[in-house]
Formats: sequence, C-alpha cells, structure tokens
Amino acid sequence: MVFASHNNIISGLGFSTEENYQAVLNSKLAVKKTTLPFSKEEFCLATIDQTLLNNRFSNIDDPKHFTKLEQLSILSINEVITNSGINPSDEKTVLIYSTTKGNIDLLEKEKTSNIDKKRAYLFEFANVLKSHFNFKNNPIVLSNACISGILAIIIAKRFIEKGTYNHVIVCGGDIISEFTLSGFKSFNALSNEACRPFDKARVGINLGEAVSSILITNHKSLSKPYETQIISGFSANDANHISGPSRTGDGLLQCLNQLNITSTNHIGFISAHGTATVFNDEMESVAIERAHLTDIPVNSLKGYYGHTLGAAGVLETILSLESLKNQTLISSAGFKNKGVTGKISVIEQFEKKSFQSFIKTAAGFGGCNAAAFFSKI
Amino acid sequence: MNYINSYAHIKNNSVYVNGEQVFTYDKNATVNTFLSEAYHAINLVYPKFHKMDTLCKLGLLCAEFALQNNHFINEHHLQKTAIILSNSSSSLETDKLYQHSISDKNNYFPSPTIFVYTLPNIIIGELAIKHKITGENAFFITEKFDANLLVDYCETILNHNATSAICGWVELNENSYEAIIFLVEKKYHPDKNSIFKPLNQQIVTQIYNQT
Repeated sequence: MVFASHNNIISGLGFSTEENYQAVLNSKLAVKKTTLPFSKEEFCLATIDQTLLNNRFSNIDDPKHFTKLEQLSILSINEVITNSGINPSDEKTVLIYSTTKGNIDLLEKEKTSNIDKKRAYLFEFANVLKSHFNFKNNPIVLSNACISGILAIIIAKRFIEKGTYNHVIVCGGDIISEFTLSGFKSFNALSNEACRPFDKARVGINLGEAVSSILITNHKSLSKPYETQIISGFSANDANHISGPSRTGDGLLQCLNQLNITSTNHIGFISAHGTATVFNDEMESVAIERAHLTDIPVNSLKGYYGHTLGAAGVLETILSLESLKNQTLISSAGFKNKGVTGKISVIEQFEKKSFQSFIKTAAGFGGCNAAAFFSKI
Repeated sequence: MNYINSYAHIKNNSVYVNGEQVFTYDKNATVNTFLSEAYHAINLVYPKFHKMDTLCKLGLLCAEFALQNNHFINEHHLQKTAIILSNSSSSLETDKLYQHSISDKNNYFPSPTIFVYTLPNIIIGELAIKHKITGENAFFITEKFDANLLVDYCETILNHNATSAICGWVELNENSYEAIIFLVEKKYHPDKNSIFKPLNQQIVTQIYNQT
C-alpha cells in the first residue's frame, strides 16, 4: 500500500495545513483585489506576504540568498521532514518537485539581486533544495502544466510500487509573476472579481501563489495522520487542442474510467480542478457525467486560493485529506447557480458526512488530464 | 520484457534513425533553418508545424523520424501509448522571448500565441494531436539526459496501463539543441524497420552516446 501522509500548505491563508484548513472552514478567501508593483492595474489574486515570509525564513537561513519560491519550498519541505522524521539522505528517498514556471521572476531584467540567474533553470532550482536538505538522490522535477501536482503524486506512487523508492516528498509550488499574470491576461482568462467555479456567472481564473508538500510512503507506521492510501491514479491527453480542453471531456473521462470505481457509495466528494473558466468547468462536468459519477458531490478550492498552478494538485489533495479525516465536505466558494451542462451537484455548504474516499481531478494546457482515487485503509 | 523498436536522434544539424544518418545539413545553419530543411527532407505536410515554437518543432520532427515506416502505433494502441519526455532547459528559450515582449512598459505586447508555448509539456500536446495519442503524459526536467529516470518510469507505466511509449529528450538552449526519441513497446512487434533491442539503462545510454 502507498500512503498519503505528513504534509504542509503555505498560502495567503497561513503557513501550516492546520491554519489553512481552519481558514477555509471559516470561509476565508486567500484571493483578494491587489495592485502589484509591476502593474498599475488591480487584479484579484492570492499572494503571500514577503515580509511575513522573510520573518519565518530567517529562522532557517538568510532570506537574501534565496528566491521567494526557494524560501517557500524550503519552509514547506522542512515541516514535512521534521514532522515525519524521514531522512533525506536515505538512498530510497527522493523529492519530486511540481512546478510550471519555477524561478521565472529571475528573467525580469530590472530585478537586481545577488541570486544567480541560472536558478531560472528548473534543475538548478531543484539543486538548491537538494543541497539545503542534503538529499542523496537528485530531485525529479515535473513540469506538466496544471496537472503537475496530482501527476507528481501519481508518479510517486508508481515509483514506490516499483521499489525504486520508499519515501517520496512531493512538493508543488509556483509564485505570481508578471510573466504568468500578463500571459493569462493575454488569454482573457482572468476574472477581476473572486472566481466562481461551476457558477453561471463565472468569467475566468484568479491566479494564486502557494507551496505545498506531502509525504508519499509505503511505511504504514508513517500513515498515522490520515490512514489513507492512494488506490489509483492516471493521466491522459485529449489529443485535441494545446490551449483548450476537449468539449467532450474525453481525456478526463479516460482517466476516471481507469480508476476502477465499482461503487460510488462511500465516495464523499470529487475535488475538481474547477478553475472557473467557461471551458474547463463545462468539460469537467461533462466528463463526470459520462463517467457515471453524478451521485458524488463536487467542489473546487480555486474560489479560496485561486489557481496555484504547480501547487494546485498537491494543495487540493491535502485539504481533501483533511476533509476526509474530519468527515466534513468543504463548500465550493463562489458557487451560487449551476452554470455547466453536465449533471453534477456542487457542494454549497460545509456539511458533516460519513465517507471513506475521494477523487481528485485536474486538467491543463497541452491537453493533459489526471485523476486519482484516495481511500481510508 | 520491454523493447526499443526504433529511435531517432537529432543533433549538430544531422538526423540519425536507428543509428544511421538519414539527413544532414550545413553545420553553420541556424537551428530554425535546419529544422525547416529537415521538415522538407521527410516530406512532412503538416501546416501546424509552422506555428510551433522551435522546441516543439524539434520534438515533433524527431518523433516523425522515429515513427517513419514504423506501424506499431495503430488505432488499437492510441489510448495505451504514453508520451514521456524530458530536457534540462524546460521552455526557457520561448520564456525569454515572451519576457522580452513584456519588458518595455511603453511597448508592452504579451502574446497569447507565444505564452502558450511557455510550458515544456506543450510538445507532448503537439505529439498527441499529430498522432491522436491519448495515453499517459509526463515531462521531467533533469540536468542531463537521464537514462535511469526515463527507463525506470517507462517500465512503471508499461507494467500498468500502457502498451507502448514515445519517450526521450527534447532540449533547446541558447547554445545548442538535441533530441532523441525512442519508440518502446511491451512486446516485440515484427516490422522490417524495427531494431528490436531490450529496454534497459545500459542500452539506452549506449544508443544515446553512439550517435
């Protein structure tokens, strides 16, 4: 068995999973209207305060020598290592880092810092983490658009089952940069208000920054926090369009069908990708209906955090584990009136419920899709 | 047992298929000129090619050469063919182009058509569309070509839900470029063009180093 275990979330809502889960239970949103230094325009996004971060990070090392993403990642991975007690120098332990853009802010010319620009290369970024923690194995960086986080967890499970590793720390992270913000704006994909996944009035995404880490392990003694295993997980490509999802949800359907779900009775919810773009949410609803999973309530956490890109799949899996542990369904922030054609029921309020398992889905640029199934042992 | 059925290796303005040079061009030509000549050399007619960034053109062409005359990817395999690629520079060359388009506040033209190519897995998307392949995807970033990681991961998926895989390395940076793409399969598929070698770290490393 492969277990999803010790973890950490750092976001605008806090520096630990506990703080984040409590904030979400209190319906706090990380997304808010913000004006960024590089833009006169106001955007609705979720940022992490740099001063707060510097204060936290200075307990570990000198913030001047690390980028924002490196500081966040070191803090997050550090908490997982401390809480689980695993040894990064062990030969059967590896770090898988999920990111879309890494230290992309190092490309900004006006940025003057003493940080070597070569750390814009994702493997150099990963080497910073390797040497900080003294990992024996080279970190594996996965950059597969917006499915990176959940795909990294699936890949961790596969490597553990094959016997390559016993413990995999999956860390996912991306920051908000002028690069990603202007890019999504050029696509007309941004919402100026808090985003509204699956709602009739949804107009687009909010970008968010976050770093999240989780230990994936085959040691039962380390499974305590959740006693939850990863049953199955798959990815698939729509083979349809590089920047838009398939209208028929074919790729996501292919993933869901392979999960091998025989009964929906004990499945508490589907934690959807739910970016709040017109096309993504529509596609997901169609795929869920076609997979005959319409009995299972659906939420999206993007209404709280925005789209945290490489972190999203990891962050949303961790909050889903909390939801399972606490037997509580998390409401889908920003949702009022159903605005998708697929037959799905979106979770509108927090609710106590007895359940055993959940499904996590994701989709991204390049036509990629992924789904994974988690269940109590 | 898993097998390498064919492979293509592109570097130094030359293309090698299963170890033999099949195309070469002026060593001083730019990568874009070379790729455009290679496109014509293989008689490819695929208008989308011309819209792609350099990295995707390199990956698409390398796969085209590897797949040429090889029939193992047929309609029965499309859902069960994985595309597993890697490189060391992600999409940084296109990232720099995009960053340049937003660096001057008085001449600010972020382009969605460039932005979409600022993810390395777009190559996987382009290959999937071209060949209607819908199986597993993963794009890894490693400092150098990592035969261990590629073979290890291909083995995990060939043991599960894939029957074949397109896997390899598609790298473009400011100084050089290189692509090597292997077609691997769970079973030996008899084909006159097949090279039929077992998939393992030693063989992959040997092939990578020989051309």
